[in-house]
Amino acid sequence: MKNRKSQEAQTLPSRCPDNSAFKQQKLPAWKPKLTITTVLSSFFVTGVFCLSAGVCLILSTNSVREIQINYSDKCSDCSKLRENSSNWNNECYCSVDFMLKEDMLGDVFMYYGLQNFYQNHRRYVISRSDAQLLGRDVDIQKSYCAPFTTYQNGTPMAPCGAIANSIFNDTIDLFYNLNSSVIQVPLLKTGNSWWTDKNVKFRNPKSYNLSSAFAGTARPPYWQKPVYMLDEEDEGNNGYINDDFLIWMRVSAFSTFRNLYRRVSRTNQFADGLPAGNYTFHISYNFPVSKFKGKKHVILSTVVWSGGSNPFLGIAYTVCGTAATLTGFVIIAIHLQLRKKKTFIQK
Amino acid sequence: MSQGTAGAEGAPQVLPEGKKRQRKKRRRKKKDCKTRLVRSNLLLPEPEVEKSKRTVLASNRLKTTKYTALSFLPKNLFEQFHRLANVYFVFIALLNFVPAVNAFQPELALAPVLFILAVTAIKDLWEDYSRYRSDKEINHMECLVYSRNEKKYISRYWKEVKVGDFVQLRCNEIIPADILLLSSSDPDGLCHIETANLDGETNLKQRQVVRRFLELDSEFDPLKFTSVIECEKPNNDLSRFRGYMIHKSGKKDGLFKENLLLRGCTIRNTEEVAGIVIYAGHETKALLNNNGPRYKRSKLERQMNADVLWCVLILLIMCLFSAIGHGLWVWQYAEKKKPIFDVPGPDGKYLSPVLASVYLFLTVIIVFQVMIPISLYVSIEIVKICQVYFIHQDKDLYDEETDSQLQCRALNITEDLGQVQFIFSDKTGTLTENKMVFRRCTVSGIEYSHDANARRLAMYQEPDSEEEEAAPKGGTLSQRDSICSHQSIKVVHRSQSTKTHRRTGSRAEAKRASILSKHTAFSSPMEKDITPDPNLLEKVNECAKHLEIMRSHEQPLSHLSPELCDIFDFFVALTICNTVVVTAPNQPRQKVRDRFELKSPVKTIEDFIRRFTPSRLTSGSNSSSSSSLATSKSVHRFGLSVLSSTSTESTLLKLEEKLAYSEQMNNNGYSSQQGRTAVGSGPEEGELRYEAESPDEAALVYAARAYNCALVGRLSDQVSVELPHLGTLNFEVLHTLGFDSIRKRMSVVVRHPLTDEINVYTKGADSVIMDLLLPCSSDDPQGKHQKKIQSKTQNYLNLYAVDGLRTLCIAKRVLSKEEYACWLKSHLEAESSIENREELLFQSALRVEKNLHLLGATGIEDRLQDGVPETIANLRKAGLQIWVLTGDKQETAVNIAYACKLLDHDEEIITLNAESPETCAILLEQCLQCIESKFSNNTIDEATGNMPVGFTPLYPPSSPVLSSLGLVIDGRTLAYALEPTLEDKFLALAKRCRSVLCCRSTPLQKSMVVKLVRDKLKAMTLAIGDGANDVSMIQVADVGVGISGQEGMQAVMASDFAVPRFRHLEKLLLVHGHWCYSRLANMVLYFFYKNAMFVALLFWYQFYCGFSGSSMVDQWYLIFFNLLFSSLPQLITGVLDKDVPADMLIAVPQLYKSGQNMEEYQPHMFWINMIDAMYQSLVCFFIPYFTYYDSEVDIFSWGTPITTVALFTIILHLAIETKTWTFLHWSSCIFSILLFFFVALVYNASCPICHPPSNPYWTMERLMGDPMFYFTCIISPIIALLPRFLYRTLQGTLFPTQLQLGRQLSKLSPEIRTQLLTKLNVKRKTILQTQPFADSFSPNLGSNASDCYTAYNQNSPLPASHQKNESLFPEPARAEHTTDWTVAASPQGALFYGDKHSSASSLGRSVGFHEVTHSTSEVESLSVGAAFPWNSAVDQSDFSLLKWITSTPLFSRFGAVLQVSSSSLQNESQDSMSVLGSSLHVDFKGLKEQSANNFQDKMKGIPADNCKSDNSETTFL
Repeated sequence: MKNRKSQEAQTLPSRCPDNSAFKQQKLPAWKPKLTITTVLSSFFVTGVFCLSAGVCLILSTNSVREIQINYSDKCSDCSKLRENSSNWNNECYCSVDFMLKEDMLGDVFMYYGLQNFYQNHRRYVISRSDAQLLGRDVDIQKSYCAPFTTYQNGTPMAPCGAIANSIFNDTIDLFYNLNSSVIQVPLLKTGNSWWTDKNVKFRNPKSYNLSSAFAGTARPPYWQKPVYMLDEEDEGNNGYINDDFLIWMRVSAFSTFRNLYRRVSRTNQFADGLPAGNYTFHISYNFPVSKFKGKKHVILSTVVWSGGSNPFLGIAYTVCGTAATLTGFVIIAIHLQLRKKKTFIQK
Repeated sequence: MSQGTAGAEGAPQVLPEGKKRQRKKRRRKKKDCKTRLVRSNLLLPEPEVEKSKRTVLASNRLKTTKYTALSFLPKNLFEQFHRLANVYFVFIALLNFVPAVNAFQPELALAPVLFILAVTAIKDLWEDYSRYRSDKEINHMECLVYSRNEKKYISRYWKEVKVGDFVQLRCNEIIPADILLLSSSDPDGLCHIETANLDGETNLKQRQVVRRFLELDSEFDPLKFTSVIECEKPNNDLSRFRGYMIHKSGKKDGLFKENLLLRGCTIRNTEEVAGIVIYAGHETKALLNNNGPRYKRSKLERQMNADVLWCVLILLIMCLFSAIGHGLWVWQYAEKKKPIFDVPGPDGKYLSPVLASVYLFLTVIIVFQVMIPISLYVSIEIVKICQVYFIHQDKDLYDEETDSQLQCRALNITEDLGQVQFIFSDKTGTLTENKMVFRRCTVSGIEYSHDANARRLAMYQEPDSEEEEAAPKGGTLSQRDSICSHQSIKVVHRSQSTKTHRRTGSRAEAKRASILSKHTAFSSPMEKDITPDPNLLEKVNECAKHLEIMRSHEQPLSHLSPELCDIFDFFVALTICNTVVVTAPNQPRQKVRDRFELKSPVKTIEDFIRRFTPSRLTSGSNSSSSSSLATSKSVHRFGLSVLSSTSTESTLLKLEEKLAYSEQMNNNGYSSQQGRTAVGSGPEEGELRYEAESPDEAALVYAARAYNCALVGRLSDQVSVELPHLGTLNFEVLHTLGFDSIRKRMSVVVRHPLTDEINVYTKGADSVIMDLLLPCSSDDPQGKHQKKIQSKTQNYLNLYAVDGLRTLCIAKRVLSKEEYACWLKSHLEAESSIENREELLFQSALRVEKNLHLLGATGIEDRLQDGVPETIANLRKAGLQIWVLTGDKQETAVNIAYACKLLDHDEEIITLNAESPETCAILLEQCLQCIESKFSNNTIDEATGNMPVGFTPLYPPSSPVLSSLGLVIDGRTLAYALEPTLEDKFLALAKRCRSVLCCRSTPLQKSMVVKLVRDKLKAMTLAIGDGANDVSMIQVADVGVGISGQEGMQAVMASDFAVPRFRHLEKLLLVHGHWCYSRLANMVLYFFYKNAMFVALLFWYQFYCGFSGSSMVDQWYLIFFNLLFSSLPQLITGVLDKDVPADMLIAVPQLYKSGQNMEEYQPHMFWINMIDAMYQSLVCFFIPYFTYYDSEVDIFSWGTPITTVALFTIILHLAIETKTWTFLHWSSCIFSILLFFFVALVYNASCPICHPPSNPYWTMERLMGDPMFYFTCIISPIIALLPRFLYRTLQGTLFPTQLQLGRQLSKLSPEIRTQLLTKLNVKRKTILQTQPFADSFSPNLGSNASDCYTAYNQNSPLPASHQKNESLFPEPARAEHTTDWTVAASPQGALFYGDKHSSASSLGRSVGFHEVTHSTSEVESLSVGAAFPWNSAVDQSDFSLLKWITSTPLFSRFGAVLQVSSSSLQNESQDSMSVLGSSLHVDFKGLKEQSANNFQDKMKGIPADNCKSDNSETTFL
């Protein structure tokens, strides 16, 4: 006992704390001081950067050609027809003419746009079963699909959920009126969706053919045909991996949005894009929007590296750059004013 | 307390034995719970009933763990759910399991709350485990327990010890339980224990075997122990133990604290002891006293909680808004027109708008839950722990001498340190070192000034201080001389402050010496080696010679002259009237007694005594008590000492050598060698060590030793004193009446070996002793002489007090046999009573301590601790009001206060001494009026533009007025002032004073004062103290600081922080307090901002999703955003950010005010941050919104950039707020961003279906290939933060806060900085805080600032004159001229003495003069109070100051004016006074103009014109 104690006394170092920079809170540090002189340059640097970026963006968005046609107004008959859901089985066609004043060069994308369609509604967004869409045999009762899970007789819906149920089901064709001849513009209906959606996230159930794979399931109530008949021509674009379906399932962020519908296939006359001239959209009008005061558009647009025709970002950069530069000048002025009075602190 | 009363009713004391027993039996049945019965475990098994009763006693197993393996989870969770926030979060998480309202994957939503709970649980578990480990270690320590089977002591673990066991302990063993001491190897049945573990006191304490067992002839045999012990229930009172032992014979023995060995103490100096365990384990007093760290809630946390409630409100508003919005949204689609995207409920039916909005309300509560910062509490806890860690690690808070560092005992109030407004300090041991050094004494009316001793002490302070030598000192002290020495003390303190480095040398030496004499408290060389006064030493020798002659000639002692007689008694009293234990250094803790008792040359003296007093053996000495009131012991034991007094001549010789050697050591080369020749002997051999309970005891014993009157041995019943020529005298100690704070004295009753008289030696505070003196008639010359002595002594006592010395009076009383017998009877009764024994003993002590004969008085210096004046000055500059609450008397306290710069000579002192509540009320009223009038005067001054006013908004506008007042109040007046009717007035007065000094205050009053200030002023209070008397104050204050000094651990145990020294308070408050506060405040604000900003993003989205509660941010990001991605940088900043470097904070203490004024976290800042958060979130929301408007973007491809943008913004926001960037800051920010991207990439690539309902597969990967993503992420933070950045920039330049200025200052090169700082200090001193420091730096002050600067330039070419000044003025580097006059109302009136000081520097002039005008008005108002006779005693000193001041040419005119003022005062002419006031005012306006030009002249003119001063003095007198 005694021994141990005396040993302790010897080995016990003084309780003095270490003199390390960390423990004494003396780590080398950069201590910026936010005064006019020190930050002046940063305002100008920011200003110049933002201005130049803004100009670039504006220039690039200006090169985008876009035409947008609201066809829910133009096809008012069909709109009215669709207002009554009991007419779902009646077909309704509508054509919309428009004129391209200049060529749309490069890749031309065709979008359908919806307004006032709250695809981002919380219960709508979650109303899907990713597992089912991955081709797995799951009990969709446990998913978020309700109430679009099964029919009353217990037949499960394929695909389930509100998103799938409300799929955009208009068909839009584009015709080029060249010297009184009408040429259908060739449109690509695949390759429009995310590669990962097509190849990873969505899979058809495995079976020898699609219809057997979906045997025992039923189409969602608003659908006119079952899921395995979405594109009967192309096996790779049918069922869950149908591009239109994939794109619809990627719910949009706002109530006003556009989804890529088709791309113009750059063949024949359209090798450089769409030439100027008269065009007609032939629309099979199935998707009802008027009852929630929605609007439908069809949009033709080219794209550039900075996205579509939205000039906002460029403007934002320009404004911000201008503001920063002006602020820089203002604080220079303030600084000069002060300097006269001066402050011995710098001495 | 309840224990005490319970005991009092339960135990009769004077009942016959038989009856008593019956009573007891009955009582045992009835009041079983009041007492505890302990029996030996070795007795045969008892009946079942008894046994069942026994089982309730705790075993000795120590279990401080809170949990067991099984109970951990439920118990810990239960504890955690006491925190409301946790309940809230669990509620939210559970809400997620309700399908109708769920927002996230329910399991995921549990994650954060589980994480938080787990972190806390792990922390608790770890703490508990370390407790378990230490418990286990302690439980498995071994001790010897008697075994019935083996009939001997066998080794057992501590945990196996049970109540009723017999335990044997050896020397240096730690006591395992509270044990009743039954046997000791010590022949007197004593045992020494060291209680350092318990209370930190390093001295030994005596314990005593229970009386009956002491008388056993044979060795103690546990098997024969059949008695029953009845004692109190376990309680935590360390200083009390009561009970009795009932023997088989039916006899009873009282048991007292002296019989109990306490767990945790160590046995010292005693070979072997044995005892029976009374309390074990958790019932021991040590453990009952051990209540761990306290939980306090800090001010900042309270404020924060209020803001959390605001957050809740905001959250509810947002939720309500969303709910109503959703209701409307649903309602617009009438039943028939339900849109396809409005999903019906699971049953296929649509919800009604109302129901939908109710559900939505719950949903958005979940979505917006982050608004209530879930991790805030955990983060704060983590930050505080880290802060505490860093405070612990600070080298500057480590005291080398005691090898101790700061301890934080309360972990959660670190930031309170940065907000303290009032400091309440104890004096003794806190401001002073509590190292009592004998300075001077007066014996029988003659003063011995001990100049050599003073010089010696000065050497410890200042090895080469010339001023000290120059200070005049005389053998007899005239009034003026005392003033001189008073000043010289100040000189010492000041030079000490300027040359601290000098002291370090002597400090190190002192440390080395203290290592040599390790473990012995109060025995540093400084305290030990007292240089005797030659005059007194001569007299002592003469006296001893006489005595020797008388002894050899068998003359009676009365032949000695009264003076010599007094001197002899004086030193005897110094030596024996104490409880000092003597030890020798070679064998630490071994009592020397053996050597001296067995071998010392007592024989001859005993023979002499026997010859001299043949009646000795027959006189019945009945009882004596050993160390304090609470012990008694029969004393029929003198045979022992006779037996033991066999010695040889050789040992005597040896002893003499030793003493001579030690004497040589003592003399320190200053005094001449006395009679004996020192034969060279080993240096370590001779010195005895004194272990005293209090430092003044030690000081007195060492002082006596310096006069060769050495205490060489102490037994319980006798004290051996070594005297020159006489050898060793053994005084038989009959009683010791211990010290208590009510009597303020202690006494010993001894039988004088030379006269065989029964003497009472009393030592105590002068106020009490002087009242107890034998009233002497002025008729006979003897009485006249005595009276003269008394008045002289009283005079000297006053002088001592003026010098700041602690005074003790020594008195003696000779009891006649009859008187003694009479007293003894009642005393024995008191001792034997069990119940109100303390009180009876107190009464008994009062009976004997009267009619005393005054011997003399001593002045003990309680030296100021290192750096106290500087610390106080700095703390005061930091805007802290310092109140000193002391039990000392007024004069001492005032002088210490001056010495430590608590009071300044340039401030006015208001002294409140009232005899009755009425006078107190009147006084308070008058003082308030005074100040009022002064205040109004002052404002007029300001209005006329005399002051270069440039207040920054932070500066409290009223303080310039307050800075110049000091308040002194004594305990009695304080008691009146604290009464409810007066407390408001008192507070109003005290609030205006810069410092307040409460003298003679009781512990209760201390705590009442603190409470008053805390509650009424709503101020943050800090109490600092070192002793048990400060405990209540420490507990009451918001922040309690204990000084881990020499006076035990009680204050430390009660405190939140324990510092080794007072000066550490400076860094603790100014640096760590400031940092902790500013860090935490900023972090809390940032937390609110961060959460609000993030939640607002979600809220804005509701407008675009039909208020449906959907979120564009993926649930993972939403849930982990706070926890993972944005938490680290703020933690690092919260722990490490330094807004101003430490040296700047110390150099410019004013920066501390930011914390006091809550500048970093003011209520409006919360809202500013909220608004900023709104703005930033709008930017971060709408830039991506417009960028992606009408595009094909999907919800998560849009939400992920927003999350990224938000993260960038939040981190960059923190970056703007961060003041110091170490690599840790950099890496934490970078790490957070990288972590986000890493998690996002991994999460988005991991599994396409794992996280329903969200499915963000490959989103991040795709985004990172999109240039738009980067463009969005760059522009949004820029726009979001531009305003804040701009604001910070402009504010930093245009209207910087003091802190920013401090930061800027610290960036300057060191030379410029020191230059600026010294100028600043000069300025600060000259203007006496009336002007905020920052003014000079703030450029917007324009002309004013540049004015100041030119003033600096003017100042700087004058260093020579400053230095010249230094030697002449107590205040170095300050061109100051002080005026001073005193108006006193005595005996009980208000005492005003304003020491006016005004500066001659061009800067401070207006302020200085302006103060003078205050005082004028004060004189004025006083004269209204009429008839104030001059108080001669106090005024004298001030007059000399006055003389000194008026001797400068600047004030020659002032002096003249003063003459007028004094004469008019004497005339008591009210009208002329008011006229005077105005004339003075005019005068100074003139003087002011003069002063700017005359600066240099004045410096030369200092040694001036005594004529004038004499003139003024005479007018005054």
